[in-house]
Amino acid sequence: MYETNYHRASSVQEAVKLISGAAEGKYLAGGMTLIATMKQRLAAPSDLVDLRHIAEMKGITVNGRSVRIGAATTHHDVASSVELEAVCPAICALASHIGDPHVRHMGTIGGSIANNDPAADYPAAMLALDATIVTNSREIAAADFFTGLFETALNDDEIITAIAFEAPAKAAYRKFPNPASRYAMTGVFVARRDNGDVRVAVTGAGSNGVFRHQGMESALAGNWSPDAVGNVSVDASDLMTDLHASAAYRANLIKVMTKRAVAAA
Amino acid sequence: MGVEGIGARVARKEDKRFLTGKGRYTDDMSVPGMKYAIFVRSPHAHAKIRSIDATAAKEMPGVIDVLDGRQLTADGIGNLICGWMIHSKDGSPMKMGAWRPLADQTVRYVGDAVAVVVADSVDEARDAAEAVVVDYELLPVVTDPVKAMADGQPQLHPEAPNNLIFDWQLGDAAATDAAIAAAAHVTEVKIFNNRLSPNPMEPRAALGIYDSGDDHYTCYTTSQNPHLARLVMSAFYNVAPENKLRVIAPDVGGGFGSKIYIYPEEIVCLWASKRTGVPVKWTCDRTEAFLTDAHGRDHISTAKMAFDSSNRITALKVDTIANLGAYMSLFSSCVPTYLYATLLSGQYDIPAIHANVRTVYTNTAPVDAYRGAGRPEATYLLERTMETAARELGISPAELRRINFIRSFPHQTPVIMNYDAGDYEASLNAAMGAADWNGFADRKAEAERRGMKRGIGMSCYIEACGLAPSSAVGSLGAGVGLWESAEVRVNAVGTIEVMTGSHSHGQGHETTFAQLVADRFGVPIDSVNIVHGDTDKVQMGMGTYGSRSGAVGMSAVVKALDKVEAKAKKIAAHLMEADESDIVIENGELKVAGTDKSVPWFQMALAAYTAHNLPSGMEPGLKEGAFYDPSNFTFPAGCYICEVEVDPDTGRTEIVQFVAADDFGNIINPMIVEGQVHGGLAQGIGQALLEGVHYDPDSGQLLTASYMDYAMPRADDLPSFKVSTSNTPCPNNPLGVKGCGEAGAIGSPPALINAITDAIGNNTLTMPATPEKVWAAAHAAN
Ligand SMILES: Cc1cc2nc3c(=O)[nH]c(=O)nc-3n(C[C@H](O)[C@H](O)[C@H](O)COP(=O)(O)OP(=O)(O)OC[C@H]3O[C@@H](n4cnc5c(N)ncnc54)[C@H](O)[C@@H]3O)c2cc1C
Repeated sequence: MYETNYHRASSVQEAVKLISGAAEGKYLAGGMTLIATMKQRLAAPSDLVDLRHIAEMKGITVNGRSVRIGAATTHHDVASSVELEAVCPAICALASHIGDPHVRHMGTIGGSIANNDPAADYPAAMLALDATIVTNSREIAAADFFTGLFETALNDDEIITAIAFEAPAKAAYRKFPNPASRYAMTGVFVARRDNGDVRVAVTGAGSNGVFRHQGMESALAGNWSPDAVGNVSVDASDLMTDLHASAAYRANLIKVMTKRAVAAA
Repeated sequence: MGVEGIGARVARKEDKRFLTGKGRYTDDMSVPGMKYAIFVRSPHAHAKIRSIDATAAKEMPGVIDVLDGRQLTADGIGNLICGWMIHSKDGSPMKMGAWRPLADQTVRYVGDAVAVVVADSVDEARDAAEAVVVDYELLPVVTDPVKAMADGQPQLHPEAPNNLIFDWQLGDAAATDAAIAAAAHVTEVKIFNNRLSPNPMEPRAALGIYDSGDDHYTCYTTSQNPHLARLVMSAFYNVAPENKLRVIAPDVGGGFGSKIYIYPEEIVCLWASKRTGVPVKWTCDRTEAFLTDAHGRDHISTAKMAFDSSNRITALKVDTIANLGAYMSLFSSCVPTYLYATLLSGQYDIPAIHANVRTVYTNTAPVDAYRGAGRPEATYLLERTMETAARELGISPAELRRINFIRSFPHQTPVIMNYDAGDYEASLNAAMGAADWNGFADRKAEAERRGMKRGIGMSCYIEACGLAPSSAVGSLGAGVGLWESAEVRVNAVGTIEVMTGSHSHGQGHETTFAQLVADRFGVPIDSVNIVHGDTDKVQMGMGTYGSRSGAVGMSAVVKALDKVEAKAKKIAAHLMEADESDIVIENGELKVAGTDKSVPWFQMALAAYTAHNLPSGMEPGLKEGAFYDPSNFTFPAGCYICEVEVDPDTGRTEIVQFVAADDFGNIINPMIVEGQVHGGLAQGIGQALLEGVHYDPDSGQLLTASYMDYAMPRADDLPSFKVSTSNTPCPNNPLGVKGCGEAGAIGSPPALINAITDAIGNNTLTMPATPEKVWAAAHAAN
């Protein structure tokens, strides 16, 4: 790791001030991605501004079916929230399968979303839940937030402070883990609202990152059942091929995971 | 005898240290003035070094020096060598290219070391390493061994045209071909044995300490065989004469073969310590480990097995291409030859066998022994072929094996080995019983109802441990003898130290070797210390690999114990005025049989050292040593059965049951043996399901350089193993032991692939059987 300066912010305002004074500053949340990248000398921020001790960025509030999760909330806290479990168990289950216990106690929802790893789990949930990404300066719809591999709509030095969504009537996430990293080789989050609106978001498979599958959505809007998935065709041409899986195999996994998610929702 | 003797489930003495973080590994060693080394490594798989400019690096904070290959060459440090000579079938010796500890002209794989930075801290050394400017002239790359042998491909070493190191054979080609021509049925199989990264938990490390006062070197290193390291560094690498070089391998966190070899880094740390005048420590990081630890396996083979009309095997013909990587590692040549082709008879009576093996250079990391070393390759080839044959012949896999088992011993195979003892049917029956083989059809039907494809597969393996005798391995080309030494020192108060040339890096020697002593003298194992891993403390030894510590290392201890016992009895007889032949040793006392006379063990020991009252002419003291050179290999064998369920929608395989029935001969500590089997199975299952080293074929870049891409087996990939042993004692060593360290890794891959191919109804599947491959094969079958 290259030398760096560590700062601990106690408010969002202070964090923004600290980073604006740094030559090449970076926000630090759980550090589960950032610190590993720095140890490999692939990132060399001059300053780290730690967001984990900002009270206003932590915790989960559930109001009726309205959910707000502070960006610095750990995966463990999401996985084990009783209030959240009551309205949207799918997101708790998703968080409970991220990495290992160490990762879940350090890593945060804000860090995961800001990082937008194409194989990360949360981005699929954000899209399918039609979540709002709340930052220190604005609110961004999830549909506009994830712009490409490791790319988001965030401006330099913009902080995600929370994510918010209305809990759907039914939702589930099914992930086929990469045997090595256990990130999603393909993960599908399905959500259905009382008005019949269906969203199917896919992570781990798209060559441009997380995406919604329109074909699945319309098939399921007409018939919310695993059987409805059978005849939907999945185009492999926009999917990733890598060491672990071909695009064709990922196309198959999208169908299988969607089917299983609908069955579980 | 007793709760701590041979056969007792004694908890490991060393575990307190390891579990409480008190282990002392090479990286834990610190000496005053110590500095840190970081290697500058080639980012290219094949290139000429035009120049190395370290001017800027030398000016950086904390930097003591930057040294490169030309300086190393100028100082007369020798080439790394392969220590086992193999001759091609045309009689020519193997074609070994030069391996410089720091490349001075050409780099041949990504990770090849070209320079070393010594600095006050690891981070400063790393900063400076980035500032070393190496001007490379890129050369074309070849990573595929078949391609590498073709004309017009990149040449790695001028000594080896077409990158061919040797073209070797074993067995009778004419008899084999004739039997195949006359066969009622011939089964032909293509086999790929995947390349593996060994992944010990502790990465390699070295600390070189040069003492200019005595012109003496000390090397702490992560070695499975410190004496061998000293011998090789002294005799071949010209680092220092043996009496000026002490090698210490303290606690070592796993090796699996990869820590047998002497690598560039320890040589460079010693040399750099003299050059810079400071002790120099290097600790490998995980990426470096993936790049530079010797890999394992990487064979491409075809096998033809011939049968007569009663399904008896009449011949086996094997053609193998083994990828040895960019350089010949220390034992790389014997793994695909004498550790492989000699086991091709398996558990079967095969009248004619012929194997042809070509070894090839490619722009990849060196390949050498990895847990099992040659024997997993032989077993995988044979047991996949047997399974395929059973399917083709339409008879049950168990029946085909039963028809062909060797049933009388000793048995001379057509490929050198002389099996001394075994009962293969006993293991087969035990495994089939434990697995409820006969109930499989019901389980399969039940799985079918859940939409799952269930399959079952077996593997009957044999392996050879404790390479021996020295004269025989010498005649086959080995550069060293393969005996072991031990010294038993009884202290004046009766406590005992055993100095052994075996080295423990996870095997539990500190417990099992102490159990031998406890068994013999009835003393508690806490009064016995096992001393190993230091060339200053232990006279000589060949180290631990090839499951040799039990069969060879313990046998040397037994021989030394014999001598101690004889002298102790003489002293006791003298003290009690009894006849030496009437003395028995029990529960820490020397007794006169049939009387109530006894001398406690400690009193006898004290008498040996006070020497006030010893038999006339007897030397004082009680310390005896022995060297043991076995008369033959040992032959552990067994039967493994694996049952899987494949999810046809995703291709994911779940192992629902795994049975291991092994014959390891006599057992010193069943708990440790089970642990060794569990670990071996985990690695074998890892090879079959998950692990695989991949290089980009065009650039030679390692694609699996971290755990993000290299899949290691984890607890939830594995079932709860059902293990059992049925023992035919080895007739060729005093304890009747055979060896258990590698069996799990040897026997399990074919059992697993046989089970998966049974489940999906498609016999074409390569390791690792990733979900995608299984899914594709399952769909191709329908
Ligand atoms: C072993 C291991 C296994 C893992 N497995 C999985 C898995 O299965 N699935 C999965 O989805 N993920 C997995 N992860 C990633 C994990 O979820 C990380 O926690 C996550 O990617 C990053 O979150 P973090 O809080 O650690 O962020 P950090 O590493 O601290 O930061 C990541 C990036 O986000 C920026 N950032 C952080 N917080 C904010 C914020 N509030 N506003 C703006 N920018 C911010 C940082 O500047 C940095 O660029 C794994 C990680 C590890 C180490």
